[in-house]
Amino acid sequence: MAYEITLLTTMAISILFALSLNFISGFCGQISLGHAAFLGTGAYASAMLTKSSIPFLLTLPVAAIIAGFFGFLIGLASLRVRHDFLAITTMGVGFLFVGIVRKQDFLGGELGLAGIPSPDMSRESFMVFCIILAVIFAIFSLYIRRSWMGFVFESIADNEDVTRILGIDASRFKLAAFVIGTAVAGIAGALYAHHFRYIGPDSFGFVQSVSVLAMVIVGGVGSVWGVAFAAAVLSILPLLVQFIDDYKLLFYSGLLFAMMRFAPDGVAGIVQRLYGYVRRKS
Amino acid sequence: MMMSTSAPTPVLQVEPVLQVEPVLQVENVTVRFGGDTAVKNVSLTINQGELVGFIGPNGAGKTTLMRVITGIVKPQEGRVLLEGKDLAKSTINERVSAGMALAQQIVQPLHALSMLDNVALACGGAKTASVINAMFHTNREQERDKARDLLERVGLGEVVDALPATLPLGYLKRLEVARAMALEPKLLLLDEPLAGLNQAEAKGLADLILTLNKGGQTVLLIEHNLREVLRICPTLYVQDNGLPLAFGDADTVMKNPEVRSAYLGGQA
Repeated sequence: MAYEITLLTTMAISILFALSLNFISGFCGQISLGHAAFLGTGAYASAMLTKSSIPFLLTLPVAAIIAGFFGFLIGLASLRVRHDFLAITTMGVGFLFVGIVRKQDFLGGELGLAGIPSPDMSRESFMVFCIILAVIFAIFSLYIRRSWMGFVFESIADNEDVTRILGIDASRFKLAAFVIGTAVAGIAGALYAHHFRYIGPDSFGFVQSVSVLAMVIVGGVGSVWGVAFAAAVLSILPLLVQFIDDYKLLFYSGLLFAMMRFAPDGVAGIVQRLYGYVRRKS
Repeated sequence: MMMSTSAPTPVLQVEPVLQVEPVLQVENVTVRFGGDTAVKNVSLTINQGELVGFIGPNGAGKTTLMRVITGIVKPQEGRVLLEGKDLAKSTINERVSAGMALAQQIVQPLHALSMLDNVALACGGAKTASVINAMFHTNREQERDKARDLLERVGLGEVVDALPATLPLGYLKRLEVARAMALEPKLLLLDEPLAGLNQAEAKGLADLILTLNKGGQTVLLIEHNLREVLRICPTLYVQDNGLPLAFGDADTVMKNPEVRSAYLGGQA
């Protein structure tokens, strides 16, 4: 039973994390190759606080605010660079995060932080808590997609210049997407730290960023259900199959490439096409 | 409309009852790209309710001046005023919010959205003015109704639910105009709306522009299609090699030997 609880908790945290990237890249079309840095920011912030005996639940908003603040700064970069250049910039931010954390003794340096306190709840309750947060953010995402904010995001993802010609201040909407997406990644990071009770700089490196991007692409960019499904499956695959765990970067990159090449609209698109096919048949 | 190259414009005595407000004022604008002067000391004024045709041969600097007006290109000298307000520090979306709307030469529909939603998004200015406001509103019906009306006005009532990619250029050109109209602009800037259309389509769209103007819409129309421009525009502004050539009443302008020379070549 304990093993299943670990799996489900991991799944819920991954779904929350993947949906947070989906908010930025899927909804608003702003590619990020360094999203793990915000997971890390939240994880380190929350872990440092609980290690100084601050209650876990209180650290969640702090983790969100700090990660969201850094997200705001990266959002500012997105106002100047776009597309491939934004991908390179965010990738650089990811490396920068790892590079800086490595050298900070108060963050545990290369060794990371061990002995993170448990989140003052049973493992079952913690699992339920993680699932509830993931569900809340999924519902919020579905709501936003229907709102005028989602309408504008869709337009920015499609053509930012045209959005501006329609009199819409695209910059503010992009910043909002970055702040919300990275703040939620920060919360996912806080959960991550208290789930594994150990974090190190390498937990939040390029592999993690590519993994979460793979979840978004495989699920179907912008599709809340597709991304949640892909995150659930892809997050536990390495735990179930040793080979995938050993060759994580290869597996996720290969998957990413294959999906981009053969099914750029992801699982959500495949399901939609199958549904259309079945309907035409009957 | 007034225009001057360097001489100060004489003060005109206008009867008080007929006083018209200038919507757009371009004052002594000069744009240089490296050593080339694309637009040289251009001034022009467009008053409320006017339909001004802006013509000139290729390379005349028409697009550059349009870009100065929309804020994509920053002029080295001079300024642009919308209803008397200097736009020097305004970004393109701020200029649009302030009351100008642009239908672009190269059509750029939002491909992921239906024709209806392309226009509805432009109708939702009140909801998209702030991020928070946009977050707390979901209802699109009001904007969609307005968008449906606009699409019907430009003759696209049949294709409101279609995706732009499935429609021919003539439709998308009209979508550009409908989207610009949705912003309820004080000044409508049309950049070669007729380019690429066949004769019948061009005539239809030109008629629509004329109808809009008759309804009180102030329009600046950049266009190569002389036949249609001469048919609908009472006022013309001609530019060649970045220099203002002529302005004023269309008949007089077209009789101007310099204009004829610029268009037909040969001696003035």
